[in-house]
Amino acid sequence: MVELILMSSLFLLILSILLTLYRVIKGPSMPDRVQALDAIGINLLAGVAIFAVLLRTSAFLEIILLIGILSFVGTVAFARFIERGVVIERKPAD
Amino acid sequence: MKKPNDIILHAVTKVAVPIILAFSFHLFFSGHHNPGGGFIGGLAIASALTLLFLAFDIETVRANIGVDFKVVAAIGVLLAVLTGVGSFFFDAPFLSHTFDYFNLPIFGKTELATAVLFDIGVALAVIGTSVTTILSISEDR
Repeated sequence: MVELILMSSLFLLILSILLTLYRVIKGPSMPDRVQALDAIGINLLAGVAIFAVLLRTSAFLEIILLIGILSFVGTVAFARFIERGVVIERKPAD
Repeated sequence: MKKPNDIILHAVTKVAVPIILAFSFHLFFSGHHNPGGGFIGGLAIASALTLLFLAFDIETVRANIGVDFKVVAAIGVLLAVLTGVGSFFFDAPFLSHTFDYFNLPIFGKTELATAVLFDIGVALAVIGTSVTTILSISEDR
């Protein structure tokens, strides 16, 4: 029973990743694509968590935190690039 | 043109960077018995430094972290080689490692292995290489 619930939630996560992938490909503007990529990262994180429960192991728990950190850093970098045109600035802003 | 105001990004970075650094130290020290190790620990530290470089700018971070990352990579490789050479002094082949149990003041009975020294070298090499790559790409536009 629990396995059925986990498998169905994995299926729903895959479905939402596919729907978000449509937004990445089709999205009219650049911020749409960046936000869709961030959402894909979070869905992937939830998928790894459910997979760890399904396999009855705690070996993947670090990966969850790592995907969260990398997704955050990547989204901040894309946001800086869209806003300023440069990812890392040389001098202080003012 | 209005002056950009990054106060939310700066506040989030000041909270998130210590958490990422603590997590990367956990990843580094759990490498002997659990998933983790020098490579992924060094990459997590490099991602924390990247977040600092993103939120602030190169000159501010260089003024606060006065480390040349090319020297960090060189020290890491040197440390990894020296742990291999050190086994010659005990009539052992190159890169032989050993471990023993010690009674430390706070931790109690702890297993200390010389493989940790090699792992510190790997982590320093990874930090130095990745941060040097990121900085030298972003240097000129």
